[in-house]
Amino acid sequence: MRALAGALRSGLLLRAVGKSFARLAVGYSLSLALGVALGVGLARARWVKDTLGPVVLGLQAIPSVCWLPLALLWFGLGEAAIQMVIVLGSLLSIALATESAVNTIPPLMVRAARTMGARGATLWLRVILPAAFPGIVSGARLGWTFAWRSLLAGELLFLSGGLGQVLEMGRELHDMALVIGVMVVIVALGLASERLLFARLEARVRQQWGLDRA
Amino acid sequence: MIALAGVAKRWPGGGEAGAASAGLSAVDLRVGAGEFVCLCGPSGCGKTTLLNLIAGLEFPTEGEVLVGGQRVRGPGPDRTVMFQESALFPWLSVAANVAFPLEVAGVGGGERAARVERYLRMVHLWGFRDRQPHTLSGGMRQRVALARALVAEPQILLMDEPFAALDAQTRDVLHAELERVWLETKKTVIFVTHNVREAARLGDRVVIMGTRPGRIKRVLDSKLARPRAINHRDVTEVASAIEDELKIEIEKVIRDEGDSAWSPSGRPVSAGADGGLGDGI
Ligand SMILES: Nc1ncnc2c1ncn2[C@@H]1O[C@H](COP(=O)(O)OP(=O)(O)OP(=O)(O)O)[C@@H](O)[C@H]1O
Ligand SMILES: [Mg+2]
Repeated sequence: MRALAGALRSGLLLRAVGKSFARLAVGYSLSLALGVALGVGLARARWVKDTLGPVVLGLQAIPSVCWLPLALLWFGLGEAAIQMVIVLGSLLSIALATESAVNTIPPLMVRAARTMGARGATLWLRVILPAAFPGIVSGARLGWTFAWRSLLAGELLFLSGGLGQVLEMGRELHDMALVIGVMVVIVALGLASERLLFARLEARVRQQWGLDRA
Repeated sequence: MIALAGVAKRWPGGGEAGAASAGLSAVDLRVGAGEFVCLCGPSGCGKTTLLNLIAGLEFPTEGEVLVGGQRVRGPGPDRTVMFQESALFPWLSVAANVAFPLEVAGVGGGERAARVERYLRMVHLWGFRDRQPHTLSGGMRQRVALARALVAEPQILLMDEPFAALDAQTRDVLHAELERVWLETKKTVIFVTHNVREAARLGDRVVIMGTRPGRIKRVLDSKLARPRAINHRDVTEVASAIEDELKIEIEKVIRDEGDSAWSPSGRPVSAGADGGLGDGI
């Protein structure tokens, strides 16, 4: 506790948290955009499913830390490597959730929309994606927890300035209290962001979509 | 207006051995502009399929489907479908659901708002305009769906058992509403129903379909004075004529489905005295 207080006072911890979240925001946004696009592609186009489907399933079995060596080879020791790990760690689960959400929307809804004249982009943006939205939000929530874990794995590696580095610093200083303290902070932040942001969003969406009565 | 000539619809494979899952075969049907036609027949005879062909959601294997002289190539703004389930969009409010077809058609601003209001008032749900569909009863949802089907003022209304899940009272109200709209706007309506009384209550003509393969068996005229009442003697009379025709078909279906213990003199098909005559066939 004292170690944590010390770290807090020096501003180190706060800066680290800020840095980590900023990084996460970038990587996660990227992953969300790519993941939803990939998921829509998988659900919509036969050729995407045939070519990328097995790859996506296979890659999903790779824990995100395992991307680190490759990321370092490609991007060197730096920001881009961490971002790559975040994106790869969360993208696939978002893509798969989006695919299944799009594939399981009631066919009647699409038929009804088509008879009302909706086609192409209108059909996708105004009907299919909104209908799949609750499923996409669940995927995004899962993706967030993966992104958070990947972020910390990536940050352990070098002078990243984030929470992971503080953890690593604690190890080097043999400061068990600091290590445990930072771990507690990681758990707390991870849980809080998931509970406060995503669980609430998901509950609201499910309620508006009328899914809770079923 | 609507013309089906030699229409057959089959699906590749899928069917029971031998019978290559014949949906429809050799269907000829003409429906004039402004006509109200009801479609009756045993389950699985292809009523929904027929409606989908006209709606442009499916295409015939043989023959052609013409609407206004043009071959149907897909859904169009001249036709809407109302399904047995309301198929409302759960993420939109009642008003936004009704506005949807107008939005897609590019009708904007005051015109859109005015029409949404007019049709929601017509189904007596203006007070519920800000509610989400799942907070309404099934009957109310179906009324929203009716407003949504009418709001873009299509010339042709295709209705697939739209009131089947409603109680007799609500159904009665909606029959009157539909009849009034039809008398005022002279739309062409094709209305699928299992309920022979409903068919007699609403239709100018009642098309009776047979099964295996799905085809048109008989067409009965039902040109009674309007507005009609479901319990009127003339309606009842037409209803029993339809029922007699249907019974033969339905007996055939039950026999074909291999219920050997069944005997034709056994149970009557149905004889509800509550206006649900022929319900649930
Ligand atoms: N996509 C499909 N693939 C294969 N067969 C189909 C398909 N759609 C319908 N059928 C078959 O076509 C026949 C007619 O189906 P349809 O849904 O039109 O019947 P219906 O008269 O509307 O029945 P109900 O009164 O029960 O709604 C049925 O035998 C059905 O099994
Ligand atoms: Mg049907």
